[in-house]
Amino acid sequence: MTTNAWMTSFLGRLSLREISVQEEPAPGLAPARLLKIGADDWGRFAHEAKNWDCRWVAAWGEDNGEDLIVNAAFEKDGVYFIARAQVKRATPILPSHTPYYVAADRPERHMQDMLGVVFTDHPDPRRWTRHRAWKDSEFPLRKDFPAAGHPPAQTPPNDNYRFLFAHGSGVYEIPVGPVHAGIIEPGHFRFQAVGETVLNLEERLGYVHKGIEKIAQGRDAAGLARLAGRVSGDSTVAHAWAACMAMEKAAGVTVPARALSLRAIMAERERVANHLGDIGAICNDVSFTFAFYQFGRLRELWQRLSREAFGHRFMMDVVVPGGVATDIGDQASAAMQKQVASLRKELAGLYNIVEDMPSLEDRLDTTGYLAPETAKAFGALGYVGRASGIAFDVRKDAPYAPYQGMNLEVPVFTQGDVATRVEVRMQEILASFALIEKLLADLPAGPVHVPWKSPAAGAEGLGLVEGFRGEILAYVRFDDGGRIARYFPRDPSWLTWPTLEKLVRDNIVPDFPVCNKSVNGSYSGHDL
Amino acid sequence: MLRILNKIQRIGIVTERLPKIEEPALEEIGAQLKNRIGELFGGSLAIREVDAGSCNGCELEIQALNNPYYGIERFGVHFVASPRHADMLLVTGPVSRHMEAALRRTYDATPEPKLVIAVGECGANGGEFGVSYASCGAVSNVIPVDAVIRGCPPTPLDLMRGILEAIGKLQQNKHK
Repeated sequence: MTTNAWMTSFLGRLSLREISVQEEPAPGLAPARLLKIGADDWGRFAHEAKNWDCRWVAAWGEDNGEDLIVNAAFEKDGVYFIARAQVKRATPILPSHTPYYVAADRPERHMQDMLGVVFTDHPDPRRWTRHRAWKDSEFPLRKDFPAAGHPPAQTPPNDNYRFLFAHGSGVYEIPVGPVHAGIIEPGHFRFQAVGETVLNLEERLGYVHKGIEKIAQGRDAAGLARLAGRVSGDSTVAHAWAACMAMEKAAGVTVPARALSLRAIMAERERVANHLGDIGAICNDVSFTFAFYQFGRLRELWQRLSREAFGHRFMMDVVVPGGVATDIGDQASAAMQKQVASLRKELAGLYNIVEDMPSLEDRLDTTGYLAPETAKAFGALGYVGRASGIAFDVRKDAPYAPYQGMNLEVPVFTQGDVATRVEVRMQEILASFALIEKLLADLPAGPVHVPWKSPAAGAEGLGLVEGFRGEILAYVRFDDGGRIARYFPRDPSWLTWPTLEKLVRDNIVPDFPVCNKSVNGSYSGHDL
Repeated sequence: MLRILNKIQRIGIVTERLPKIEEPALEEIGAQLKNRIGELFGGSLAIREVDAGSCNGCELEIQALNNPYYGIERFGVHFVASPRHADMLLVTGPVSRHMEAALRRTYDATPEPKLVIAVGECGANGGEFGVSYASCGAVSNVIPVDAVIRGCPPTPLDLMRGILEAIGKLQQNKHK
């Protein structure tokens, strides 16, 4: 494949730089390739990957009893590779990737808190995921740490965290959260402001850390799919699909074509539902309630049909290992086709209203500007990336079944403001409509499920799915008896949350909610 | 502007009479709810929603209560920004240990008399997450709970029914 050509020259470059690299076969990780890197060369390796313009995707680690294994995933031109290093459990010291990739900042601190990896030249060694439910000498993802932990009778609040501090005449600080004013998830925001202008925002997340990675261990395949469906409720289909894809690749299970199409129909329905709700909410945040109620109405109709067709308003627990749990009949298929046609018509009218509403233009244009170079530096995904020049979409650039060969329009702009993120989402709805129509029209006949067969101990798999927020990565490794040894889901929110800190600067404090909603990071998907 | 008015007029009011699905008496309960809120809360029940660790599925359905189909405000129920203004806390779970202190403080900040409803499977019993180093499990493991609305997530109708029942209980207790 020509797209792999850069990989060959990249590997040549690494050897020229005397970086210890060894490619190993890893069928479950395909199409990603596995590169074993010498621990001492871990940082220099990232430096070269950066020079080669590779995108930083994710990092996660694992305790195998003797050593800690650290993984980092990268992508370029739709080709993925996973770099892997091994350090002694007693001396888990590794150079950091953060000096080259800012996106690696929080994920490495997560690994530091959860697994006890020490990143020597990390510019910000403060804790991240750990608040005060476990001690700094304890690491929940170590094998000798029991899932029950040793929590205090009452967990104290998360104080003693050193926030960035600004001072000077007229500078003041606004702490917000973790309990927010709306019906939304909890997190803490620390603003430094002068007058109404935001000088700096610092996010403090981790409040909804539920131990997902730890409690995944020991589950069977079906149990993991249920858990994955609750990593972030709004992305239940996409996360369950990514986890199932990883498990199916590890086990060499081939999912029937009809099941794959049904998964894609559900994933597109999930994307449309979230975009509808969020466009309405963004308009509501600038007091254009007409759009809030209209889009909310359409979202409700959409969810009701999801329930009729798939048995659940969010289609939770429908994606299962080996296929899907429910099939649809001709009636549901026709109803979905009909709904797409009617919503397309309705949205055309609403778009016209939203797009030339002077008050919306005033509040949304130029608000929350994310420069394309900043978006690229942070590896922004989904509509946040696509409003700032980053076109990457797993469905198009590294397509998985059934998206191969489907004609998908990916909207890309460079204006980078709230209005453009809304525009991207409006166009993505239309693109999803086209996909749903095509998937329904060409729905293959046959079974929707094959029996699950557990893979051998040690089998690993990688799932990559385009959720509504962007690329979702799921890594799975099996233990004996078909039990899960390691599950790591990387929600796109890990990469978009940090962009919010940047894009809100120099905006007025009252525009923070609309900036936040235009990014809409998942707290649960991030905190894990 | 004309287009907006036109759209509003063409769509009309979609707010539904409480549908009869699953529970034929719901419409009556809707009327009772309004009456009870009238008696017990001076016509308006103020709810503070607290996400104490949920996957956000429950939040989406609670938000849906405000969409034009359910329009829960017509029964005198409204969501407030501060626990200090609230008669009722609607708490989703599981309660993460990192949210434990914030939930206790929110509870303490809510004036008496107050009602607490634990929402969703996780709020009711810990759900998929249970009790662990990171999770306290059910809401009742952290603060006193008066009623539970189950479901993963509970649908907007489940939520409305659950709120009605919780208020019904309060009234029964009062008359005891």
